[in-house]
Amino acid sequence: MPLSAYLALAALVFAIGLFGVLTRRNAVGILLGIELMLNAVNINLVAFSRFHGNLAGLIFTLFTIAITVAEIAVGLAIVIVIFRVRRTIEADHLDLLRG
Amino acid sequence: MTAEILGFWVAAVVLVASSLAVVLTPNLFHAVLWLAAALVATGVVFLLLESPFLFAVQLLLYAGGVVTIVVFAIMLTERLVGDSIRQTSRFVFNGAVLAAAVFVGIASFMMHTPTLARTATAGDQVRDLGRALVGPYAVPLQLLGVLLVVALLGALYFARTED
Repeated sequence: MPLSAYLALAALVFAIGLFGVLTRRNAVGILLGIELMLNAVNINLVAFSRFHGNLAGLIFTLFTIAITVAEIAVGLAIVIVIFRVRRTIEADHLDLLRG
Repeated sequence: MTAEILGFWVAAVVLVASSLAVVLTPNLFHAVLWLAAALVATGVVFLLLESPFLFAVQLLLYAGGVVTIVVFAIMLTERLVGDSIRQTSRFVFNGAVLAAAVFVGIASFMMHTPTLARTATAGDQVRDLGRALVGPYAVPLQLLGVLLVVALLGALYFARTED
């Protein structure tokens, strides 16, 4: 398959993830959308790495995967704390800082 | 070559379908299971790109680790809230328009990419990755370790009980 096929697939998954982030009300649902978007970026990195013959793309993918795991751990901890305090994880109800 | 094309289309269809299910299914728990399917399909794409090490990392860290953490979080909040979490969507039309616009933007940008021939895999990829991680990328790797420790300690600190 040509490089553009992998890039198109990644762009499609990225757009789907963006749709999820924009439309989900639930904070965990928003995090799942972010996961999809980061995942799409990883496909891009690996595809470019293979087609350019450069190892840096694979290393970068390893780093993004590890950082994503850290991000989801902190994000879910925040979600659990918000739930304990506010008894809701609906993003629309979390408007305490609205001016 | 035919096997790669067939594998790509199968992986692409599974990936797009399960991604759509992640953002569209009303049951949050089902959404996480679809996310696991999408992550495994991404791993298969890595395999098609001749990166078996990343396939393994994807399965272990993403499909294994992330999905487990999210399932735990949902079970915790569901237990606290008492009934199963249904999630609704809002601004579906606006979100679809914006996501489609982003996709069209990226796709039109991609039209200008030169067609590259895939480079042949030379040598042992895992050995090269290992060498690079302790050679030129040693400092970023250590920083990544520090970041992981700090993030997990922070998560523990957030999620601890008050007493």
